[in-house]
Amino acid sequence: MIEARGLTKRYGDRLAVDQLSFTVKPGQVTGFLGPNGAGKSTTMRMILALDAPTAGTVTVDGMDYRRLANPMRVVGALLDAKSVHGGRTAAKHLLCLAQTNNLPAKRVPQVLELVGLTQVAGKRIGGFSLGMCQRLGIAAALLGDPKVLMFDEPVNGLDPEGILWIRNLMRALAAEGRTIFVSSHLMSEMENTADHLIVIGQGRLIADCTVEEFIQRNSELAVRVRTPAAAQLAGLVTANGGTARPDGQDTLLVTGLPQDRVGDLAFDNGIRLHELAPLQASLEQAFMELTRDSVEFHAAVPTSTIGATS
Amino acid sequence: MTSLTLGATLPPVTGRAGFGGALRSEWTKISSLRSTVVTLVATMAVTIGLSTLFAWGATHRFTQRGHIPPTFDAVRGSLFGLIFGQLVIAVIGAMVITGEYGTGMIRTSLAAQPRRMVTLAAKLSVFTAVALVTGLVSSFASFLIGQHIFSSLNIGVGLGAPNALRSVIGGALFLTVAGLLAFGLGTILRHTAGAITAAVGVLFITFILYQFLPDDWAADAQRWIPFFAGSGVWTTVTTPEEHVFGPWVEFAIFTGYAVIALVIGAITFRRRDA
Repeated sequence: MIEARGLTKRYGDRLAVDQLSFTVKPGQVTGFLGPNGAGKSTTMRMILALDAPTAGTVTVDGMDYRRLANPMRVVGALLDAKSVHGGRTAAKHLLCLAQTNNLPAKRVPQVLELVGLTQVAGKRIGGFSLGMCQRLGIAAALLGDPKVLMFDEPVNGLDPEGILWIRNLMRALAAEGRTIFVSSHLMSEMENTADHLIVIGQGRLIADCTVEEFIQRNSELAVRVRTPAAAQLAGLVTANGGTARPDGQDTLLVTGLPQDRVGDLAFDNGIRLHELAPLQASLEQAFMELTRDSVEFHAAVPTSTIGATS
Repeated sequence: MTSLTLGATLPPVTGRAGFGGALRSEWTKISSLRSTVVTLVATMAVTIGLSTLFAWGATHRFTQRGHIPPTFDAVRGSLFGLIFGQLVIAVIGAMVITGEYGTGMIRTSLAAQPRRMVTLAAKLSVFTAVALVTGLVSSFASFLIGQHIFSSLNIGVGLGAPNALRSVIGGALFLTVAGLLAFGLGTILRHTAGAITAAVGVLFITFILYQFLPDDWAADAQRWIPFFAGSGVWTTVTTPEEHVFGPWVEFAIFTGYAVIALVIGAITFRRRDA
């Protein structure tokens, strides 16, 4: 359980994290989402007491991180896979971390096995790929068999197999009742992994809800209808309080009416339907929509150009 | 995905992550890096090698000139490599801490042990012990080899000679404190090149700048120059105007510079974001 209350971090005159309050609950994967520069990493560093908050508090298991008797038994964190000394071997790296919390040395081969790095245990980390470093960082996080796991952008630089592996690992860890807090700037990643979402933009909380709620709240549900009588159906939809706009030949996108109602309308009026499908806006769309105003750096490309090329 | 029966292999939690574990961890860190081990060996090689070279050169000079200066200090004369050894150990002293900042390892370390003074104290303790052993090996070997060379002119002394043992141990302490000064500067600056430059500046450049001071200032300033203050403790023959305070007081001054750096370093280490 992680609890942030009014968490604020100021760098000079820039507010990196602004009055952030949230609770990360056990037994589920909580996605921590926001565009680059939204303050995700800063928040995670404050949870681990690496950075001191300008104001507010954050606790793990009800306690300030620095007061935990054995921090690695409570929290395992992977903030930056490259935050390791490249001159050390994977095994020695894990050993020096295990020793700080009096964890037995035999944990090292166990976690290496778990992440599939047994073969390179004696190799220097400097020669590792980013994917291997991510696995090593996860091994380090798992050393103390912690209740809370925190990953900052864990899939960055991973190949599809690695992404799938991490996703399954997080799900399995959550299923064991652990608290999983994982950040990402890619909504599509969270869509398949997270149960709950905490979305921030420019350091401020934008949303704190389940994935389903997030989609429902932030995207309009549309129904796609393909019919030879598109014009007639469009008229009926409008007459019944919906909105229909053409989407290519013979196809309508209907909003404001549920799918069943559209089907009934067509049937009652003898209109032949070739397709009737719900269109769920992806999480990515909803996320873009929501954070559009809070993206720190906008690319200097006119929107019309983007529209023309897509 | 295999099942994650992670908990089964861990003993129940007892006690609290503290200094003991941090010590073991820092020992693993320092001994598992080729760069530290190589630089420690280099400290010994440079100190012993240059001490030997100087002793050999002095013996030849004296033989050629056919006379030995009356103020010749056979103990100090066998330990001259310390002047350069201090620079090499300063590199390790800085790297032990700046290496963690340069790689980002510091954040991983402090996440594992967030009580920062525990981490810093353990790191400092392990480095001090390693530096002291390196210093003792360097100092004793330099002394023994040097005296063996001097014995050809019958000017060699044993460890039983007045102040000889104090000087040889003093040489080891001198190296250790030079390393600690760099460690303190590294903690403040968090940057390897910056910390080494600063340490060389304090240890060496002050000594060179001193040569340019007007005579009347120089006499007053000398006792405060780190090199002079630090080298009194590995010197047996002294002239009163050179070493006013006595070897241990001067060594305390030298140590004082390191302590200042370490205290500022500890305060910043505790307060600043990692």
